[in-house]
Amino acid sequence: MVPLNWYIGLSAIIFTIGVIGFLIRRNIMIMLISVELMLNSVNISLVAFSHYLQDMRGQILVLFIITVAAAEAAIGLAILVSLYRNKAVLHTDEIMEMKG
Amino acid sequence: MIPKLFFGYFSVVMIVLSLLIISRKNPIHSILWMLVMFFHIAGLYLFLNAEFLAAVQLILYAGAILVLFLFVIMMLNLKKEVFAERYAGEWPVAVFIGGTMLVLILLALTSLTQGPLGSFTIGVVQADTHARAIGRALYTQYLLPFEVASLILLVAVVGALVLAKKHLKSYK
Repeated sequence: MVPLNWYIGLSAIIFTIGVIGFLIRRNIMIMLISVELMLNSVNISLVAFSHYLQDMRGQILVLFIITVAAAEAAIGLAILVSLYRNKAVLHTDEIMEMKG
Repeated sequence: MIPKLFFGYFSVVMIVLSLLIISRKNPIHSILWMLVMFFHIAGLYLFLNAEFLAAVQLILYAGAILVLFLFVIMMLNLKKEVFAERYAGEWPVAVFIGGTMLVLILLALTSLTQGPLGSFTIGVVQADTHARAIGRALYTQYLLPFEVASLILLVAVVGALVLAKKHLKSYK
């Protein structure tokens, strides 16, 4: 039997990689993918908790998280498309309309 | 022993894959590595006796969300992207923040104590089938959150249409 701590540790490592990817990359597309990575790592920890506590609530929460992730991807990609159409930039440090 | 070997394989491959995802220059490569990552996550769900979620992971994430990403990539010009600088200038700060967070989470993990066990033992779920057990909980106890989730999807559809529409001003 694999201990529960291992799953949570794996989830924490993947979440951290997602955070670092979100912060260091300039490309908005990769930043959105990093957000998906973070959501997936949280899903892993929830399913592990659900299995080890013998409770269904974690898996139901995972279903809702997948729903919200789909909505977030659709909205984020729509923003990306309209940004690219208006400005033709994909890098976050080249967008400075609000810098003053 | 064999479960630990399985878990070791999954964890090593998933960490390497997530490093590949955030470090590839071409976004298409990142997304294709993400596809492999989703397959591994689905395998981990199967390992945790959540077969319905493994199916949903493959259908929704690998089938829908990743295809959406690939479609959007086709609309962008990636020729410049291959030659552009990948990382922002402040990347050491970001790595420091991420590393600190990881250390804090792992420190907190050492004092993890398990709560009381619920009623869904493996035998109960197996007798009822996993999909039926999760569906029964979803449609009775969690009906209101389920309806709220459908509203979220509606907002996403309308929002994506409004944001990606080309000539919004001509409709005013």
